[in-house]
Amino acid sequence: MALYILCTILFSLGLYCILRKRNIIKIIIGVIIAEYAVNLFFVLIGYRVEGRAPIHAPDQKILNMVDPLPQAIVLTAIVIGLATTALLIAIAMRIYEKYGTFDITKIKELKG
Amino acid sequence: MELYILLGFMILGAIIAIEIKDLLSSVVAVGAVGLGLSIMFLILKAPDVAITQLVVEILALIILVRATLKKDLPFSASGRWFFNTIITICFVALFLIVGMKCFKDLPGFGYPIMRISSVYLKDGLSQTGAANTVASVILDYRAYDTLGEATVLFTAVIGVLAIVRRIGRKKQGKTIGEDDE
Amino acid sequence: MSRKHEKGMSLIVKTITRFTVGLILLYGIYILSHGHISPGGGFAGGVIVALSFIHLMLAYGKETALKKLPKNVASFFESSGAILFLGIALLGFTGGYFFLNFLSKGQPFRLFSAGIIPLCNIAISFKVGAGLFTIFVALVLLTFEIGKKK
Repeated sequence: MALYILCTILFSLGLYCILRKRNIIKIIIGVIIAEYAVNLFFVLIGYRVEGRAPIHAPDQKILNMVDPLPQAIVLTAIVIGLATTALLIAIAMRIYEKYGTFDITKIKELKG
Repeated sequence: MELYILLGFMILGAIIAIEIKDLLSSVVAVGAVGLGLSIMFLILKAPDVAITQLVVEILALIILVRATLKKDLPFSASGRWFFNTIITICFVALFLIVGMKCFKDLPGFGYPIMRISSVYLKDGLSQTGAANTVASVILDYRAYDTLGEATVLFTAVIGVLAIVRRIGRKKQGKTIGEDDE
Repeated sequence: MSRKHEKGMSLIVKTITRFTVGLILLYGIYILSHGHISPGGGFAGGVIVALSFIHLMLAYGKETALKKLPKNVASFFESSGAILFLGIALLGFTGGYFFLNFLSKGQPFRLFSAGIIPLCNIAISFKVGAGLFTIFVALVLLTFEIGKKK
């Protein structure tokens, strides 16, 4: 229970960074931190006390394995997160090239 | 116990990454958070996810450093600083309270429900022949998930290539450049 | 210290890179081919294969790496990985339904076992590795364009 609350605090730090900061790179960093918190929460839910990794061995019968389903979901989510981060960075670099700044309030001033 | 220490280290790294002024130091702090997450996956008995998180973190760090190199600009903190911060902190605190109420309905830490996963663990070796149960889940039982992931990755690659394309930009660059100057 | 020879990083980095880049590529191939009997799989193996080429590019400059794996070839590998994965899925219709494990399971805990799972791992590693390398090359070329303009 305490681990869940600490994980939510990590997610709220990312949310605060997205809402409050004005630098685009800081906003991307907030997105990355929130994504890490969500991935960690999935794996925390699937953990089992005294569990083993979900991989069978040739000549022994293991019964207390951890939940493999959240691990399989997180495995695809990590690679998708990297691709979307790269897409965000490409957009940020084009914004820097056009306006010469990373500050979102300056971008709004220059446009109008 | 080591889970609490690692999670505290990650929260500390996240606070440093958010609040520091230098952009390059911020990116390095995010790398520290990701590596702590990788060790945490290893302790939580998820070696597949730990390997993937480690290599993906290195690649993301290289791309982020490449984007922020020599562009260290001071950003303004003007405007209604106090008002904005108070509103944001109120919203985040509301989110935290609602989240903590939701945690009462979840099963406790260390005792998952595993209604479907017990079938995967019991019959996975005889039905698919793969010793790694995670591989048999992502490529046999739930292969549609992987197909959707491949589609998202393909779309992201096409999006990046369309954003950084050079051919269309040169034609527009002349006209816009003349207008701006 | 002539500037003419310095394309990329210093001599120490280049020498170490020449020794290690093959080992990194081999480790990536090992990870992706043993994904069904040990931790690893197509995602991690593909990213490690992409990282070996990125290592070469960071140490030697972009011309050497792009000579070994041009951008069009990487894009072709990415599309062919997607087609291969979808083709394996469609071949399942020979036995009944989409994503059917139609090959024989074989003996467990061997390299050639588990039906279509190793083939799917190879297809996904093509897709992930070539896709991430293409993204990195595109971002690096964009950075060079900006530097040239200023």
